[in-house]
Amino acid sequence: MAIALNPIAPSTAGQAENSASKVAVPITLRINNKECRLRIDPRTTLLDCIREAAALTGTKKGCDHGQCGACTVHVNGRRVLSCLSLALLHDGEEVTTVEGLGTPEAMHPMQAAFLACDAYQCGYCTSGQIMSAVALLSEPCGPDDAAVKELMSGNICRCGAYANIVAAIQQVRKRA
Amino acid sequence: MHIFEFTRPSDPAAAIKATAQSKTAQQGAEARFLGGGTTLIDLMKLNVETPSRVLDINRLPLDKIEDTPDGGLKIGATVRNSDLANNPRVLRDYSVLSQAILSGASAQIRNMATTAGNLLQRTRCVYFRDTAMPCNKREPGSGCSAITGSNRTMAILGTSDHCIATNPSDMCVAMAALEATIHVQGPKGMRAIPIGDFHLLPADTPNHETVLEPGDLITHVTLPPPVSGSRHFYLKLRDRASYEFALASAAVVMNLDGENVRYIRIALGGVGTKPWRSAEAEAALTGQPASAANFRQAAEAALRNAKAQSENKFKIELAKRCLVHALRMAATA
Repeated sequence: MAIALNPIAPSTAGQAENSASKVAVPITLRINNKECRLRIDPRTTLLDCIREAAALTGTKKGCDHGQCGACTVHVNGRRVLSCLSLALLHDGEEVTTVEGLGTPEAMHPMQAAFLACDAYQCGYCTSGQIMSAVALLSEPCGPDDAAVKELMSGNICRCGAYANIVAAIQQVRKRA
Repeated sequence: MHIFEFTRPSDPAAAIKATAQSKTAQQGAEARFLGGGTTLIDLMKLNVETPSRVLDINRLPLDKIEDTPDGGLKIGATVRNSDLANNPRVLRDYSVLSQAILSGASAQIRNMATTAGNLLQRTRCVYFRDTAMPCNKREPGSGCSAITGSNRTMAILGTSDHCIATNPSDMCVAMAALEATIHVQGPKGMRAIPIGDFHLLPADTPNHETVLEPGDLITHVTLPPPVSGSRHFYLKLRDRASYEFALASAAVVMNLDGENVRYIRIALGGVGTKPWRSAEAEAALTGQPASAANFRQAAEAALRNAKAQSENKFKIELAKRCLVHALRMAATA
Protein backbone atom coordinates (compact mmCIF):
# COMPACT_ATOMS: atom_id res chain seq x y z
CA MET A 1 0.00 0.00 0.00
CA ALA A 2 1.35 3.40 -0.94
CA ILE A 3 0.66 6.33 1.33
CA ALA A 4 1.25 9.84 0.02
CA LEU A 5 1.59 12.42 2.73
CA ASN A 6 2.18 16.12 2.71
CA PRO A 7 5.59 17.76 2.67
CA ILE A 8 6.65 19.36 5.90
CA ALA A 9 8.89 22.12 7.07
CA PRO A 10 11.18 20.63 9.71
CA SER A 11 11.56 22.39 13.02
CA THR A 12 15.19 22.98 12.10
CA ALA A 13 14.24 25.07 9.07
CA GLY A 14 15.35 28.65 9.44
CA GLN A 15 15.05 31.66 7.17
CA ALA A 16 12.29 32.24 4.64
CA GLU A 17 14.63 31.82 1.68
CA ASN A 18 15.29 28.33 2.98
CA SER A 19 11.62 27.42 2.77
CA ALA A 20 10.93 23.74 2.38
CA SER A 21 8.61 24.08 -0.59
CA LYS A 22 11.42 25.31 -2.84
CA VAL A 23 13.71 22.42 -2.06
CA ALA A 24 11.43 19.52 -1.15
CA VAL A 25 12.68 16.23 -2.51
CA PRO A 26 10.93 12.88 -2.86
CA ILE A 27 11.73 9.97 -0.59
CA THR A 28 10.28 6.51 -0.13
CA LEU A 29 10.57 4.82 3.24
CA ARG A 30 9.13 1.49 4.24
CA ILE A 31 7.86 2.26 7.74
CA ASN A 32 6.38 -0.62 9.73
CA ASN A 33 5.87 -2.61 6.52
CA LYS A 34 4.02 0.21 4.79
CA GLU A 35 5.49 2.07 1.85
CA CYS A 36 5.52 5.81 2.54
CA ARG A 37 6.15 8.16 -0.37
CA LEU A 38 6.94 11.57 1.02
CA ARG A 39 8.32 14.93 -0.05
CA ILE A 40 10.66 16.45 2.47
CA ASP A 41 13.13 19.26 2.96
CA PRO A 42 16.60 17.65 2.61
CA ARG A 43 17.43 18.80 6.15
CA THR A 44 14.67 16.68 7.67
CA THR A 45 16.01 14.22 10.19
CA LEU A 46 14.67 10.69 10.18
CA LEU A 47 13.02 11.57 13.49
CA ASP A 48 11.13 14.60 12.15
CA CYS A 49 10.22 12.63 9.02
CA ILE A 50 8.70 9.83 11.09
CA ARG A 51 6.84 12.18 13.43
CA GLU A 52 5.79 15.01 11.14
CA ALA A 53 5.66 13.60 7.61
CA ALA A 54 4.60 10.05 8.38
CA ALA A 55 2.57 11.19 11.42
CA LEU A 56 3.83 8.41 13.69
CA THR A 57 4.32 10.13 17.04
CA GLY A 58 5.26 7.11 19.15
CA THR A 59 8.91 7.94 18.50
CA LYS A 60 9.91 10.80 20.82
CA LYS A 61 12.19 13.80 20.51
CA GLY A 62 14.20 14.24 23.69
CA CYS A 63 17.51 16.05 23.31
CA ASP A 64 17.61 16.03 19.47
CA HIS A 65 21.42 15.70 19.73
CA GLY A 66 22.09 11.99 20.23
CA GLN A 67 22.46 12.16 23.98
CA CYS A 68 19.24 10.60 25.32
CA GLY A 69 18.04 7.73 23.10
CA ALA A 70 14.34 8.71 23.14
CA CYS A 71 14.29 8.72 19.32
CA THR A 72 15.62 5.16 18.90
CA VAL A 73 14.13 3.28 15.93
CA HIS A 74 15.26 0.31 13.86
CA VAL A 75 16.62 0.78 10.33
CA ASN A 76 17.00 -2.46 8.42
CA GLY A 77 16.66 -4.25 11.76
CA ARG A 78 19.34 -2.32 13.65
CA ARG A 79 18.72 0.28 16.32
CA VAL A 80 19.81 3.82 15.48
CA LEU A 81 19.20 7.36 16.72
CA SER A 82 16.72 8.88 14.31
CA CYS A 83 17.59 12.42 15.46
CA LEU A 84 21.18 12.15 14.20
CA SER A 85 20.28 10.77 10.81
CA LEU A 86 18.93 12.49 7.74
CA ALA A 87 15.79 10.86 6.39
CA LEU A 88 17.30 11.02 2.89
CA LEU A 89 20.07 8.64 3.93
CA HIS A 90 17.43 5.95 4.31
CA ASP A 91 15.61 6.28 1.01
CA GLY A 92 14.29 2.82 0.17
CA GLU A 93 15.15 1.37 3.57
CA GLU A 94 13.08 -0.43 6.16
CA VAL A 95 12.19 1.54 9.31
CA THR A 96 10.50 0.08 12.37
CA THR A 97 9.03 2.29 15.07
CA VAL A 98 7.28 1.38 18.30
CA GLU A 99 3.98 1.41 16.39
CA GLY A 100 5.33 -1.48 14.30
CA LEU A 101 6.12 -3.72 17.25
CA GLY A 102 2.68 -4.50 18.60
CA THR A 103 -0.78 -3.18 19.41
CA PRO A 104 -2.54 -2.70 22.77
CA GLU A 105 -4.40 -5.94 22.03
CA ALA A 106 -1.38 -7.88 20.80
CA MET A 107 1.70 -6.49 22.46
CA HIS A 108 5.27 -7.43 21.60
CA PRO A 109 6.69 -9.56 24.48
CA MET A 110 8.98 -6.64 25.38
CA GLN A 111 6.03 -4.25 25.63
CA ALA A 112 4.20 -6.78 27.81
CA ALA A 113 7.27 -7.16 30.03
CA PHE A 114 7.62 -3.38 30.45
CA LEU A 115 3.98 -3.34 31.59
CA ALA A 116 4.38 -6.34 33.90
CA CYS A 117 7.59 -4.99 35.47
CA ASP A 118 6.37 -1.39 35.80
CA ALA A 119 9.39 -0.34 33.73
CA TYR A 120 8.40 3.30 33.25
CA GLN A 121 6.95 6.26 35.06
CA CYS A 122 6.23 9.25 32.82
CA GLY A 123 6.67 7.13 29.69
CA TYR A 124 8.45 9.68 27.54
CA CYS A 125 11.62 7.59 27.09
CA THR A 126 9.71 4.31 26.94
CA SER A 127 9.35 3.84 23.20
CA GLY A 128 13.08 4.44 22.79
CA GLN A 129 13.82 2.07 25.66
CA ILE A 130 11.63 -0.63 24.14
CA MET A 131 13.11 -0.22 20.65
CA SER A 132 16.60 -0.51 22.16
CA ALA A 133 15.60 -3.48 24.30
CA VAL A 134 14.12 -5.37 21.34
CA ALA A 135 17.29 -4.76 19.29
CA LEU A 136 19.42 -5.92 22.20
CA LEU A 137 17.80 -9.36 22.00
CA SER A 138 19.67 -10.04 18.75
CA GLU A 139 22.98 -8.37 19.67
CA PRO A 140 26.03 -9.89 21.41
CA CYS A 141 25.17 -9.38 25.09
CA GLY A 142 26.34 -11.25 28.18
CA PRO A 143 23.75 -12.93 30.43
CA ASP A 144 24.09 -10.71 33.50
CA ASP A 145 22.39 -7.44 34.43
CA ALA A 146 25.67 -5.53 34.04
CA ALA A 147 25.83 -6.48 30.34
CA VAL A 148 22.25 -5.32 29.81
CA LYS A 149 22.91 -2.04 31.59
CA GLU A 150 25.98 -1.41 29.43
CA LEU A 151 24.06 -2.02 26.20
CA MET A 152 21.13 0.11 27.40
CA SER A 153 23.31 3.05 28.50
CA GLY A 154 22.32 5.07 25.44
CA ASN A 155 18.75 5.37 26.70
CA ILE A 156 18.34 7.88 29.50
CA CYS A 157 15.33 7.72 31.86
CA ARG A 158 14.89 10.83 33.97
CA CYS A 159 12.29 9.12 36.17
CA GLY A 160 14.91 6.54 37.06
CA ALA A 161 13.03 3.39 36.07
CA TYR A 162 16.30 1.68 35.22
CA ALA A 163 16.04 -1.22 37.67
CA ASN A 164 12.64 -2.24 36.34
CA ILE A 165 13.74 -1.74 32.73
CA VAL A 166 16.59 -4.20 33.28
CA ALA A 167 14.15 -6.60 34.96
CA ALA A 168 11.76 -6.40 31.99
CA ILE A 169 14.54 -7.09 29.50
CA GLN A 170 15.88 -10.01 31.53
CA GLN A 171 12.37 -11.45 31.80
CA VAL A 172 12.06 -11.51 28.01
CA ARG A 173 15.57 -12.91 27.55
CA LYS A 174 14.95 -15.74 30.00
CA ARG A 175 11.74 -16.73 28.23
CA ALA A 176 13.33 -16.62 24.77
CA MET B 1 20.48 24.09 9.97
CA HIS B 2 21.54 25.76 6.73
CA ILE B 3 20.07 24.50 3.50
CA PHE B 4 22.26 22.18 1.42
CA GLU B 5 22.16 20.17 -1.76
CA PHE B 6 22.04 16.44 -1.11
CA THR B 7 23.64 14.08 -3.63
CA ARG B 8 24.73 10.47 -3.75
CA PRO B 9 27.92 9.99 -5.80
CA SER B 10 27.89 6.77 -7.81
CA ASP B 11 31.51 5.82 -7.09
CA PRO B 12 34.57 7.13 -5.20
CA ALA B 13 35.87 8.91 -8.31
CA ALA B 14 32.62 10.87 -8.60
CA ALA B 15 32.76 11.79 -4.90
CA ILE B 16 36.32 13.05 -5.30
CA LYS B 17 35.57 14.99 -8.48
CA ALA B 18 32.56 16.65 -6.87
CA THR B 19 34.59 17.99 -3.95
CA ALA B 20 38.05 18.57 -5.46
CA GLN B 21 37.44 22.27 -6.16
CA SER B 22 36.45 23.09 -2.57
CA LYS B 23 38.49 25.71 -0.73
CA THR B 24 39.13 23.44 2.24
CA ALA B 25 38.38 20.00 3.62
CA GLN B 26 38.81 21.35 7.15
CA GLN B 27 36.56 23.50 9.37
CA GLY B 28 34.26 25.58 7.20
CA ALA B 29 34.24 23.16 4.27
CA GLU B 30 31.44 23.87 1.81
CA ALA B 31 31.18 20.20 0.83
CA ARG B 32 30.99 17.32 3.30
CA PHE B 33 30.90 13.56 2.89
CA LEU B 34 28.16 12.12 5.09
CA GLY B 35 28.62 8.72 6.73
CA GLY B 36 26.70 7.80 9.87
CA GLY B 37 26.03 11.46 10.63
CA THR B 38 26.56 11.14 14.37
CA THR B 39 29.05 14.02 14.38
CA LEU B 40 28.21 15.93 11.23
CA ILE B 41 24.40 16.14 11.59
CA ASP B 42 24.82 17.15 15.23
CA LEU B 43 27.21 19.96 14.29
CA MET B 44 25.02 21.04 11.36
CA LYS B 45 22.09 21.43 13.75
CA LEU B 46 24.29 23.67 15.88
CA ASN B 47 25.41 25.64 12.78
CA VAL B 48 29.00 24.77 13.63
CA GLU B 49 29.14 22.97 10.29
CA THR B 50 27.35 24.73 7.42
CA PRO B 51 28.13 22.80 4.23
CA SER B 52 26.22 23.87 1.12
CA ARG B 53 26.67 20.38 -0.33
CA VAL B 54 26.31 17.05 1.47
CA LEU B 55 27.42 13.88 -0.32
CA ASP B 56 26.07 10.57 0.91
CA ILE B 57 28.90 8.03 0.76
CA ASN B 58 27.06 5.25 2.60
CA ARG B 59 26.26 3.33 -0.58
CA LEU B 60 29.80 3.37 -1.97
CA PRO B 61 31.49 -0.06 -1.92
CA LEU B 62 33.61 0.78 1.12
CA ASP B 63 31.85 -1.38 3.70
CA LYS B 64 33.97 -4.56 3.85
CA ILE B 65 36.40 -5.97 6.39
CA GLU B 66 38.94 -8.16 4.60
CA ASP B 67 42.19 -9.97 5.34
CA THR B 68 45.22 -8.43 3.61
CA PRO B 69 47.76 -10.68 1.81
CA ASP B 70 50.36 -10.00 4.53
CA GLY B 71 48.06 -11.21 7.29
CA GLY B 72 46.81 -7.77 8.33
CA LEU B 73 43.30 -6.37 8.10
CA LYS B 74 41.64 -3.95 5.68
CA ILE B 75 38.71 -2.01 7.12
CA GLY B 76 36.44 -0.12 4.72
CA ALA B 77 35.64 3.53 5.40
CA THR B 78 31.94 2.93 5.94
CA VAL B 79 32.25 -0.16 8.15
CA ARG B 80 30.07 0.59 11.17
CA ASN B 81 31.75 0.76 14.57
CA SER B 82 29.58 -2.07 15.93
CA ASP B 83 30.48 -4.34 13.01
CA LEU B 84 34.17 -3.60 13.45
CA ALA B 85 34.09 -4.18 17.22
CA ASN B 86 32.28 -7.50 16.84
CA ASN B 87 34.27 -8.77 13.84
CA PRO B 88 35.78 -12.20 14.67
CA ARG B 89 39.26 -11.27 13.47
CA VAL B 90 39.24 -7.99 15.40
CA LEU B 91 38.09 -9.82 18.52
CA ARG B 92 40.85 -12.42 18.07
CA ASP B 93 43.82 -10.42 16.77
CA TYR B 94 43.16 -6.76 17.57
CA SER B 95 41.10 -6.93 20.72
CA VAL B 96 42.28 -3.52 21.96
CA LEU B 97 40.36 -2.03 19.02
CA SER B 98 37.20 -3.92 19.90
CA GLN B 99 37.49 -2.91 23.56
CA ALA B 100 38.05 0.74 22.67
CA ILE B 101 35.09 0.96 20.31
CA LEU B 102 32.75 -0.82 22.71
CA SER B 103 33.77 1.59 25.49
CA GLY B 104 32.59 4.54 23.42
CA ALA B 105 29.19 6.07 22.68
CA SER B 106 26.09 3.83 22.80
CA ALA B 107 24.91 0.77 20.89
CA GLN B 108 22.72 2.95 18.66
CA ILE B 109 25.56 5.33 17.80
CA ARG B 110 27.99 2.44 17.19
CA ASN B 111 25.47 1.02 14.70
CA MET B 112 25.60 4.30 12.79
CA ALA B 113 29.14 5.65 13.18
CA THR B 114 31.65 4.68 10.50
CA THR B 115 35.37 3.96 10.58
CA ALA B 116 36.28 7.05 8.54
CA GLY B 117 33.79 9.17 10.47
CA ASN B 118 35.35 8.13 13.76
CA LEU B 119 38.79 9.12 12.41
CA LEU B 120 37.28 12.56 11.76
CA GLN B 121 35.29 12.80 14.99
CA ARG B 122 35.26 16.38 16.24
CA THR B 123 36.05 17.65 19.70
CA ARG B 124 33.33 17.90 22.34
CA CYS B 125 34.70 21.25 23.57
CA VAL B 126 31.58 23.18 24.60
CA TYR B 127 32.93 26.41 23.15
CA PHE B 128 33.58 24.82 19.76
CA ARG B 129 29.96 23.63 19.78
CA ASP B 130 28.53 27.03 20.75
CA THR B 131 28.56 29.61 17.94
CA ALA B 132 27.96 32.42 20.44
CA MET B 133 31.44 31.90 21.92
CA PRO B 134 34.90 32.72 20.56
CA CYS B 135 36.76 29.61 19.34
CA ASN B 136 39.92 29.52 17.24
CA LYS B 137 39.05 26.10 15.88
CA ARG B 138 35.64 27.18 14.59
CA GLU B 139 36.51 30.79 13.80
CA PRO B 140 40.28 31.36 13.46
CA GLY B 141 41.52 34.40 15.35
CA SER B 142 38.47 34.78 17.56
CA GLY B 143 40.23 33.45 20.67
CA CYS B 144 40.01 30.40 22.92
CA SER B 145 37.20 30.53 25.45
CA ALA B 146 38.31 27.31 27.14
CA ILE B 147 41.71 28.56 28.32
CA THR B 148 40.04 31.13 30.57
CA GLY B 149 36.78 29.25 30.93
CA SER B 150 35.46 25.84 31.86
CA ASN B 151 38.33 23.51 31.01
CA ARG B 152 38.01 20.50 33.30
CA THR B 153 37.72 18.05 30.40
CA MET B 154 40.19 19.75 28.09
CA ALA B 155 43.51 18.36 26.87
CA ILE B 156 46.79 18.36 28.79
CA LEU B 157 49.05 17.09 25.98
CA GLY B 158 49.65 18.76 22.63
CA THR B 159 47.86 21.98 23.53
CA SER B 160 48.79 25.44 22.28
CA ASP B 161 48.02 29.01 23.29
CA HIS B 162 45.26 28.91 20.68
CA CYS B 163 43.44 25.65 21.45
CA ILE B 164 43.23 23.06 24.22
CA ALA B 165 40.38 20.96 22.78
CA THR B 166 40.52 17.22 23.44
CA ASN B 167 40.25 14.65 20.67
CA PRO B 168 37.32 12.52 21.90
CA SER B 169 37.83 9.29 19.94
CA ASP B 170 38.39 5.91 21.59
CA MET B 171 38.77 4.05 18.29
CA CYS B 172 41.66 6.27 17.18
CA VAL B 173 43.57 5.61 20.41
CA ALA B 174 43.49 1.86 19.77
CA MET B 175 44.39 2.41 16.12
CA ALA B 176 47.39 4.50 17.20
CA ALA B 177 48.60 1.63 19.40
CA LEU B 178 48.02 -0.79 16.52
CA GLU B 179 49.93 1.47 14.08
CA ALA B 180 47.08 1.69 11.62
CA THR B 181 47.47 3.23 8.17
CA ILE B 182 44.79 5.47 6.66
CA HIS B 183 44.27 5.15 2.93
CA VAL B 184 43.04 8.21 1.10
CA GLN B 185 41.99 8.60 -2.52
CA GLY B 186 42.22 12.14 -3.81
CA PRO B 187 42.45 14.20 -6.99
CA LYS B 188 46.14 13.20 -7.30
CA GLY B 189 45.60 9.52 -6.63
CA MET B 190 45.96 7.21 -3.64
CA ARG B 191 48.12 7.79 -0.63
CA ALA B 192 48.74 5.96 2.65
CA ILE B 193 49.06 7.98 5.85
CA PRO B 194 50.31 6.50 9.14
CA ILE B 195 47.74 7.34 11.82
CA GLY B 196 50.37 9.26 13.76
CA ASP B 197 50.69 11.69 10.84
CA PHE B 198 46.97 11.96 10.10
CA HIS B 199 45.83 14.25 12.93
CA LEU B 200 47.52 17.63 13.40
CA LEU B 201 48.42 19.40 16.61
CA PRO B 202 46.47 22.65 17.02
CA ALA B 203 49.55 24.94 17.10
CA ASP B 204 48.37 28.28 15.69
CA THR B 205 45.91 26.73 13.19
CA PRO B 206 43.51 24.64 15.31
CA ASN B 207 40.98 24.81 12.46
CA HIS B 208 43.28 22.39 10.57
CA GLU B 209 42.68 19.07 12.28
CA THR B 210 43.93 16.53 9.73
CA VAL B 211 46.09 16.38 6.61
CA LEU B 212 43.02 15.91 4.39
CA GLU B 213 42.80 18.19 1.34
CA PRO B 214 39.79 19.06 -0.82
CA GLY B 215 38.59 16.00 -2.73
CA ASP B 216 40.28 13.55 -0.36
CA LEU B 217 38.13 10.53 0.43
CA ILE B 218 39.19 8.05 3.10
CA THR B 219 38.60 4.67 1.45
CA HIS B 220 39.90 2.28 4.09
CA VAL B 221 42.20 1.69 7.03
CA THR B 222 44.74 -1.12 7.23
CA LEU B 223 46.12 -2.76 10.33
CA PRO B 224 49.53 -4.50 10.15
CA PRO B 225 49.67 -8.25 10.85
CA PRO B 226 49.05 -8.89 14.54
CA VAL B 227 52.10 -9.27 16.78
CA SER B 228 51.82 -12.89 17.80
CA GLY B 229 51.39 -13.52 21.50
CA SER B 230 50.57 -9.88 22.19
CA ARG B 231 48.29 -8.91 25.05
CA HIS B 232 45.77 -6.14 24.50
CA PHE B 233 44.06 -3.88 26.97
CA TYR B 234 42.01 -0.68 26.76
CA LEU B 235 41.12 1.16 29.93
CA LYS B 236 38.79 4.15 29.92
CA LEU B 237 38.13 6.40 32.94
CA ARG B 238 35.19 8.81 32.89
CA ASP B 239 32.61 10.64 34.97
CA ARG B 240 29.98 7.92 34.60
CA ALA B 241 30.29 4.21 33.91
CA SER B 242 29.01 4.25 30.34
CA TYR B 243 28.00 6.54 27.46
CA GLU B 244 30.56 9.19 28.36
CA PHE B 245 33.76 10.54 26.86
CA ALA B 246 37.09 9.70 28.47
CA LEU B 247 38.78 11.85 31.08
CA ALA B 248 41.73 9.55 30.47
CA SER B 249 42.15 6.31 28.59
CA ALA B 250 45.01 4.03 27.66
CA ALA B 251 45.48 1.47 24.89
CA VAL B 252 48.23 -1.08 25.46
CA VAL B 253 49.62 -3.77 23.14
CA MET B 254 52.30 -5.72 24.97
CA ASN B 255 54.49 -8.73 24.34
CA LEU B 256 56.42 -10.28 27.20
CA ASP B 257 59.59 -12.34 26.92
CA GLY B 258 59.60 -14.05 30.27
CA GLU B 259 59.38 -11.15 32.68
CA ASN B 260 60.71 -8.57 30.27
CA VAL B 261 58.76 -6.34 27.94
CA ARG B 262 59.81 -7.35 24.42
CA TYR B 263 57.27 -5.27 22.47
CA ILE B 264 55.09 -2.43 23.68
CA ARG B 265 52.79 0.08 22.02
CA ILE B 266 51.04 2.70 24.14
CA ALA B 267 48.49 5.36 23.22
CA LEU B 268 46.44 7.65 25.44
CA GLY B 269 42.97 9.10 24.96
CA GLY B 270 40.98 11.87 26.64
CA VAL B 271 44.15 13.84 27.39
CA GLY B 272 45.55 14.86 24.03
CA THR B 273 44.59 17.29 21.30
CA LYS B 274 45.06 14.26 19.02
CA PRO B 275 45.10 10.50 19.67
CA TRP B 276 48.28 10.34 21.75
CA ARG B 277 50.88 7.69 20.99
CA SER B 278 53.58 7.79 23.66
CA ALA B 279 56.99 6.88 22.27
CA GLU B 280 58.44 8.05 25.60
CA ALA B 281 56.48 5.49 27.61
CA GLU B 282 57.30 2.76 25.09
CA ALA B 283 61.04 3.57 25.27
CA ALA B 284 60.92 3.49 29.07
CA LEU B 285 59.54 -0.05 29.06
CA THR B 286 61.16 -1.78 26.09
CA GLY B 287 63.55 -4.49 27.31
CA GLN B 288 62.72 -3.75 30.95
CA PRO B 289 61.01 -6.02 33.50
CA ALA B 290 57.22 -5.70 33.56
CA SER B 291 57.20 -4.37 37.12
CA ALA B 292 55.00 -1.89 38.97
CA ALA B 293 57.96 0.48 39.34
CA ASN B 294 58.69 0.40 35.61
CA PHE B 295 55.03 0.89 34.75
CA ARG B 296 54.97 4.00 36.91
CA GLN B 297 58.17 5.23 35.30
CA ALA B 298 56.62 4.77 31.86
CA ALA B 299 53.56 6.74 32.97
CA GLU B 300 55.76 9.53 34.30
CA ALA B 301 57.54 9.61 30.93
CA ALA B 302 54.23 9.72 29.04
CA LEU B 303 52.95 12.74 30.99
CA ARG B 304 56.27 14.56 31.43
CA ASN B 305 55.26 17.35 29.05
CA ALA B 306 51.68 17.59 30.25
CA LYS B 307 50.36 21.11 30.80
CA ALA B 308 47.35 21.56 33.06
CA GLN B 309 44.72 24.30 32.82
CA SER B 310 42.94 25.90 35.77
CA GLU B 311 40.47 23.01 36.26
CA ASN B 312 42.17 19.90 34.95
CA LYS B 313 45.36 19.36 36.91
CA PHE B 314 43.82 16.13 38.21
CA LYS B 315 44.00 14.67 34.72
CA ILE B 316 47.80 14.41 34.86
CA GLU B 317 47.75 11.99 37.81
CA LEU B 318 44.58 10.31 36.51
CA ALA B 319 46.23 9.61 33.15
CA LYS B 320 49.32 8.20 34.86
CA ARG B 321 47.29 5.85 37.03
CA CYS B 322 45.15 4.92 34.04
CA LEU B 323 48.25 3.87 32.09
CA VAL B 324 49.79 2.02 35.04
CA HIS B 325 46.60 0.06 35.54
CA ALA B 326 46.24 -0.71 31.84
CA LEU B 327 49.85 -1.96 31.73
CA ARG B 328 49.25 -4.16 34.76
CA MET B 329 46.06 -5.58 33.24
CA ALA B 330 47.83 -6.27 29.93
CA ALA B 331 50.78 -7.93 31.68
CA THR B 332 48.51 -10.27 33.63
CA ALA B 333 45.96 -10.86 30.84
